[in-house]
Amino acid sequence: MFTLDETDLAIMHATQSGLPLTPHPYQTIAKQLGLSAEEVMSRMINMQEQGVIRRIGVVPNHYKLGYRFNGMTVWNIPDEVIDELGEQVGQLDFVSHCYHRPRHLPEWPYNLFAMVHGKSQAAVDQQIKVMSELLGKDNQGHEVLYSTEILKKTGFRSGG
Amino acid sequence: MDTIDRLIINQLQSDFPICETPYQVVAERLGLTEACLIERLQALLDNGTLTRFGPLYHAERMGGALTLAAVKVPTERFTEVTAIINAFPEVAHNYARTHVLNMWFVIATESLAQQQNTITAIEQQTGLRVYNMPKLNEYFVGLKLEA
Repeated sequence: MFTLDETDLAIMHATQSGLPLTPHPYQTIAKQLGLSAEEVMSRMINMQEQGVIRRIGVVPNHYKLGYRFNGMTVWNIPDEVIDELGEQVGQLDFVSHCYHRPRHLPEWPYNLFAMVHGKSQAAVDQQIKVMSELLGKDNQGHEVLYSTEILKKTGFRSGG
Repeated sequence: MDTIDRLIINQLQSDFPICETPYQVVAERLGLTEACLIERLQALLDNGTLTRFGPLYHAERMGGALTLAAVKVPTERFTEVTAIINAFPEVAHNYARTHVLNMWFVIATESLAQQQNTITAIEQQTGLRVYNMPKLNEYFVGLKLEA
C-alpha cells in the first residue's frame, strides 16, 4: 500500500474535482498550496506510477454522447475459470468496468459483473450476444440490470 | 458538438501530460491552439458533455474501502428507503435498477471497519438486508467512449 503524506493529500484534494483550465495548471495548483510547480508535478507523476492516480483526462457524460443504454451485465461463471474469462470480457472494447464479486446464494448466483454502454437497445443486445458467445458453456446464467434512475451521484470518483 | 469537440473527447480520455504547459503540448498534437483547447474544454464542462476533467484517483490505493451493495426495496417504501440510504455521506452513488434487487449503491469509507458499520446502520434503519458485493478481483476499469 502506497502511503500518501499530507502534501500528497493536499494535492489530491485540490485536483479531485478537476485540473485548472489555465496555461500552467500545475503551477496554479502549486500556488494555491504554497508549493513549487516542480514538487506538484513530481508528486503527481509518482502517484500515477503507484496507481493512486488511475489516469488524467476527460470524463464524458455517457448520456450526452448518446450512450443512453447503460447495462450492468451479471454472469454466473464457475470459480475455476472466472479469472481467465474475466480478463477476456474486460478486454472487449464496449466494457467499461469488469469485476469478480461474491455470489449471495440462492438469490444471487452471479459473480462476474461487466458494465456495457450502447446508443440503442439493439447495440447493447448485440454486445450481450458477443459476451454470451465468448463465455459459451461456462455461462451458467446471466441477467442485465438497466439503471432506471440515478438516485444519488456525488462528486466522489474512483476511476473508470 | 463538432469535429473538434469529438477529437478532444476521443483523444483526451487518458494520458494528459504532467509538464509545465500541458495544454500547449496536447493542442500541438491535435493541431489546435492552446487557447482553443482550453476554451473548448471549458465549454464542454459547462454544457455537461464532460462531467469532469483531471486526475482520477484510485480509492483503495489510498487506503480507503469501496463496495457495491444492493437492497430489495418494496415498491411502496422506495421513496422512504431512498431518503434513508442517500442520507449516509458514505453512499457515493445510488441507482434504481431493473431487478428484484432494485437499489444499488456504492459505499466509500476510509476503512473496512467503517464500511461494515455503515452496512449495519443501513440495515438497522431500513429493516432491509444489504447484499454486500465488494470486488474480489478487478479485470478492467476504464473505457474509451467514442464521441
